[in-house]
Amino acid sequence: MSARPIATTRSAAGMPTARLAVWWIIASEIVIFGGLLGSYIMHRLAHGVWADYAAATNPWIGGFNTFVLLTSSLMAVLGHQAAERGDGPRAAKMLYLTCGGGLLFICVKAYEWTTEISHGMTITANTFWSFYYTAAGIHALHVIAGCIIMLFVAQTAKKNLELHRVEIIGIYWHFVDVVWIFLFPLLYIAK
Amino acid sequence: MAETIHVGHAEEHGHHDHHEMSFLEKYVFPLDHKMIAMQYMFTGMFMALIGGFFAYAFRMQLAFPGMDVPFWGVVTPADYNALVTSHGSVMIFWVAMPVLIAAFGNYLIPLMIGADDMVFPKINRLSYQIFLISAIIIIASFFVEGGAFGGAWTAYPPLSTKAQYSLTPIGSTMWITAVALEFVAFLLGGINFITTAMNSRAPGMKMWDIPMVVWMIVIASILFMLSVGPLLAGGIMMIFDQQLGTAFFDPDRGGDPILWQHLFWFFGHPEVYVVLLPAVGIVAEVMTVFSRKKLFAYKTVLYTAIGTGVLSFTVWAHHQFIAGIDPRMANVFTVTTLLISVPIAEMMFVYIATLYGGKITLTTPMLWALAFVFEFLIGGITGIFLGASGNDIYMHDTYFVLAHFHYTFYPIAIIGTYAGFTFWFPKMFGKMMNDGLGKLHFWLTIIPFNLIFLPLFVLGASGQHRRIYDYTNFPELAQPWQQDLRQLATISLVVMLGAQVIFFYNVIKSWMSGPPAGKNPWNSGTLEWTATSPPPHGNWPEGLPTCYRGPYEYSHPDHDKDYWPQNEPA
Amino acid sequence: MILESLLPAASSYARDIGFLFDLITLLVGVPFLIACYLFFAFIFRFAAKKVDKAMYITGYEHEYMKWIHRAHVPILVFDVIIVIFAVNVWYNVKQNLPEAESTVRVIAQQWAWTFVHPGPDNTLDTADDITTVNELHVAKDTLYHYKLESKDVLHNFSVPVFRLKQDAIPGRVITGWFEPTLAGEYDIQCAEICGIGHGLMPARIHIETPSQHAAWVAENSPFSLAKASAPELEVAER
Repeated sequence: MSARPIATTRSAAGMPTARLAVWWIIASEIVIFGGLLGSYIMHRLAHGVWADYAAATNPWIGGFNTFVLLTSSLMAVLGHQAAERGDGPRAAKMLYLTCGGGLLFICVKAYEWTTEISHGMTITANTFWSFYYTAAGIHALHVIAGCIIMLFVAQTAKKNLELHRVEIIGIYWHFVDVVWIFLFPLLYIAK
Repeated sequence: MAETIHVGHAEEHGHHDHHEMSFLEKYVFPLDHKMIAMQYMFTGMFMALIGGFFAYAFRMQLAFPGMDVPFWGVVTPADYNALVTSHGSVMIFWVAMPVLIAAFGNYLIPLMIGADDMVFPKINRLSYQIFLISAIIIIASFFVEGGAFGGAWTAYPPLSTKAQYSLTPIGSTMWITAVALEFVAFLLGGINFITTAMNSRAPGMKMWDIPMVVWMIVIASILFMLSVGPLLAGGIMMIFDQQLGTAFFDPDRGGDPILWQHLFWFFGHPEVYVVLLPAVGIVAEVMTVFSRKKLFAYKTVLYTAIGTGVLSFTVWAHHQFIAGIDPRMANVFTVTTLLISVPIAEMMFVYIATLYGGKITLTTPMLWALAFVFEFLIGGITGIFLGASGNDIYMHDTYFVLAHFHYTFYPIAIIGTYAGFTFWFPKMFGKMMNDGLGKLHFWLTIIPFNLIFLPLFVLGASGQHRRIYDYTNFPELAQPWQQDLRQLATISLVVMLGAQVIFFYNVIKSWMSGPPAGKNPWNSGTLEWTATSPPPHGNWPEGLPTCYRGPYEYSHPDHDKDYWPQNEPA
Repeated sequence: MILESLLPAASSYARDIGFLFDLITLLVGVPFLIACYLFFAFIFRFAAKKVDKAMYITGYEHEYMKWIHRAHVPILVFDVIIVIFAVNVWYNVKQNLPEAESTVRVIAQQWAWTFVHPGPDNTLDTADDITTVNELHVAKDTLYHYKLESKDVLHNFSVPVFRLKQDAIPGRVITGWFEPTLAGEYDIQCAEICGIGHGLMPARIHIETPSQHAAWVAENSPFSLAKASAPELEVAER
């Protein structure tokens, strides 16, 4: 494994390379979710009957998951603060807690979907449920991916190495959180 | 560690890879941007041969209906649809994109901005690997049950989502999967290109000192990132429609087939500029060197590129004028579409103005660059016919459209690539190419190219529609003069494909036994020419260059030589 | 002129589209030729052997830049002219829906066309409708509405001699109009790829004089077929 190229250490734009890159990743992710949610909203406006389908969602579970994600974001912020201070082990601990939040989110989601599917609200039931599972599913994949990356970051952070990564994964985690903030009202609350 | 800004001396202690790399490390799983560029370049060229072969097979069927085409056999209607679909998809997603953006972007960006590599070499390698998998999937789709997808590269549902209509139950999903993977590969690559160009420029290289081709690849990557998202989401929806039985695009069950068209063309039109911009960037580099002149109005070129890029997000529905959208929308999109002619015309004028007052040498790369300008002009003006909604009622989906976009994509993907490849060949391989063979190849490509597509304009204007495998069923399209034109186009295609043998012979011959190129055979001023040819891993082992001036200081009155390298202290 | 020389113009708006095509050809052709002239003139004038040293021009100098800026004026003017004419034609063909004298239903499917003609009573969806496959019969100089439907995938109802084209979308009925102006028999094509048989769904449009058309209708009406050779019906119709 070779050392990092000099190119990576430069910052002619005045921002560390990794942070710049994560912002660009988020920009492209925004367009992906934007396209999906835009399509959903257009359909939703055209089909009044979807409000009835949406009534079957459980806003309490969705709301609890929102709370879980927001809390985990707070942990990510605390982790970043610890990393700024150079306290790697504490940053790692916070990242593990963030991961735990992500895991809880996924577990709740699994319970929720199991209930819904067993009541006949499958992905093919109608286009509302297709959007519901597709949008929330893509979001859940981002949660899982974020957790896995976070575990790797925590491993190095624990040894006080590559502490800047704590901030990078934090930015990404906040983005995942914000996506859910959009999904929750669109899928659960709008009746 | 990345929090501090490293400049100047601090960098000289950076990494230089001295340990011997194994064959696998160097050629199969490389981290060096130049080797990844070569992987993209040759994969792209290989795919171009496949795409060209597809074109050969279906053009033979059109010229000589029902014939037993050599190397293919009789082209059945299913074959025909699969061939045109794959030809379009391959040429755009697996030839134009990898060669123009990924290959030239990977090769040129670090070298031209004076960096030792891309900022994320591993992401770069991953990008190529995903791309390679997508290429394998699209080729493999020809060999599955039902054959390759045959619903055109636009893949409009419900034909593309329902197997009982397309009759390609596996091929359709393989197609959209391959396309989606290719998008992921280029998102990863794009993040690398943008971040590298923004952050890793040589000390002293200001915004306006960046070579035009780097700017263009970066703008193209940004355009790609901002336009492809909805289609990526649409691709997932399409896969779900095909395999899970959802109804996103199914009108019978509350879906909307037109939604796909919006998602597709919201990406599809900017995509034209995604591949166009790198090509015009390459042409800028070549033209300035061989006319020994500064690029005319550097900032204007840049602004026209950005303007075109922004406008390209507002024109997508001109592909859908007669697709059943609200007819009032067509008026809006006619205006935005014709507005694009302003920045594009300005860009072309600026290129012509660059020639003014120059000292022009017609080397092979210069011929390609000039051909690009001329052929793209034809492509550009014929677009006006189609952007004008009233005329598009007739012209939509005729061969006029086909000829029009081949007059844009061919200059971009083929002529632009040859301009860049022949220009940077000495840098890539350290040898000079044979100029005589290069010119022969140029003329044997460019003349048949025009003879293929000029007749198709006429056929299109006479009402010939696209994607119809045999025109003998249509009395108005089966007149002898029309069949003559079809045969002319096909024979020209065969000549053109044959001429590519000269190119590959020239490449191999020059690579093996061409005269050594030296560092800077063209007396060019940009940074890549200050490295050895070919540059080693790390590009400048003796220390990365510093930039003192703009990239195109040719024939400067205050300098004795007619070029003034960017790294030469004042 | 250009389009008409390649293919007859057989609808009331075909010549408008032909004119638009000619106009665009002129308005883009002239700038194109000027650009080509300059392009080749520069290449020959500034060839290396004729020039000692290239000029140093940044391009921002007013004396050079003004030529680029001046070129914008004609381009913008031409764009405006093209937009006005294009939108005008578009409005006439697609947005405007003049009063119909007769209506036909066009049903596309994989891979054939079904045409429903209104029959002797000139009203669709009555017992005397005439349904044909791959054969549309219309009367010259009569303003028709078409109601376009699709049974499966996207198709496109394209009549090149009319210069008319419209996508057919499953689940929707799209209404448009045409007025044939030239008698004869011409092609109908599908212009949206619709599967393996896309190239195998040719249809013909028969444009007849009003009297010929009336005769065809009378002959093919299921009503008159049922009561074969009923001369009094023909008389009554007249």
